[in-house]
Amino acid sequence: MCLAIPGEIVEIAGEDLSRTGTILFGTVKKQASLAFIPDAAVGNYVLVHAGVAISKVDEKEARRIFGYLEEIDEISG
Amino acid sequence: MKYLDEYRDPAAARAYAAAIRKITTKPWTIMEVCGGQTHAIVRFGIEDLLPEEINLVHGPGCPVCVTPVEIVDKAIAIAAMPDAIFCSFGDMLRVPGTEKDLLSVRAAGGDVRIVYSPLDAVEVARKNPGKQVVFFAVGFETTAPANAMAVHMAKTENLKNFSVLVSHVLVPPAMESILSSPQNKVRGFLAAGHVCTVMGTAAYAPIVQKYKVPVVVTGFEPLDILQGLYMCIRQLEEGRAEVENQYSRAVREDGNLPAQELLGKVFRVIPRKWRGIGEISESGWGLTEAYAAFDAENRFDVAGASRAEPTECISGLVLLGQKKPAQCPAFGKTCTPEHPLGATMVSGEGACAAYYRYRKTEAA
Repeated sequence: MCLAIPGEIVEIAGEDLSRTGTILFGTVKKQASLAFIPDAAVGNYVLVHAGVAISKVDEKEARRIFGYLEEIDEISG
Repeated sequence: MKYLDEYRDPAAARAYAAAIRKITTKPWTIMEVCGGQTHAIVRFGIEDLLPEEINLVHGPGCPVCVTPVEIVDKAIAIAAMPDAIFCSFGDMLRVPGTEKDLLSVRAAGGDVRIVYSPLDAVEVARKNPGKQVVFFAVGFETTAPANAMAVHMAKTENLKNFSVLVSHVLVPPAMESILSSPQNKVRGFLAAGHVCTVMGTAAYAPIVQKYKVPVVVTGFEPLDILQGLYMCIRQLEEGRAEVENQYSRAVREDGNLPAQELLGKVFRVIPRKWRGIGEISESGWGLTEAYAAFDAENRFDVAGASRAEPTECISGLVLLGQKKPAQCPAFGKTCTPEHPLGATMVSGEGACAAYYRYRKTEAA
């Protein structure tokens, strides 16, 4: 139920509560509200749930999972 | 697809599994809160990668499962009204009420529509001014911003033929309910990542402090879950209890502030009954006075009868992490996804339904 899918914003239209993005999920384009992500821009990835973007994906944080174990090993030495 | 496939990489998963084995010295019971995580754990066989000391139990985080029968009955009664169009997420249609489900209302000629978003239901109301359009607003904090937006739009546009049947539940009170049970076995939590994208991580600090359990906000892909487990087990082994954020690519400490602002206007905290568990105080959201005109329970005079849960069903204990699906005598026999007896079998994300789909052989 709480499934949210990451997709890339390819177009933005409207303002405030009507701010809507065209979001590319793989090869499928769908409309989603961007009202709750006021700083989202074309090219950003957002998590979309029930037609509404609820979070912007942070690219830098997204990569951390892959270096995490090495990082931990280094810290615990 | 970006931000999905990368988190299913088998080599990275094996590295996390090895790291977990390396740090685990004692038995620990850890609960993943969200039904989406349960589904991923069972589907990708994550438990098979873990050392035998780690016992994963599955939490109450499936809003479809915990929607009380009375509300499902009200939905069914509204959907059967001649001038109603009843809109719902697809997974609510098969949830059994006292006598039938929404699918059977549709089969009998009722106008029951599956929508992808509550905003689509608002559009149905705009296009059908002669009909009463009702949206079944179920969900956790993740779904609440979309539902709040739909209600707010209807009010702004003065759409008099739109209302919502609300059954919103909240995650932190359910976690407290689990931890305060004398039978509780859960020593650490993987908290529901998407709930936290909306609400942030602050709500878990009092829980961590009061019950001394680690809470790791975790995502939904196999690597997310393995990293979340690693972080949780590491805290347990080191005797720490902190809120940590595994899902930092999507979750900020404060959550989504514009969404929270609208939620504060549209919803207020109320007690809610959870199917399989019973009433939990301050565990749900209802509409505020300002939006009460859009509450379908006020608009339509429909009563929801209460049905006792079948005695052989142990879904309450499964939701609280005290039993596993295969420990139920009815599992896979008198209780199946086609004929569910209780909360955890009614939706695909319920623990029993996930076990039935991916691990049926164990029950046979």
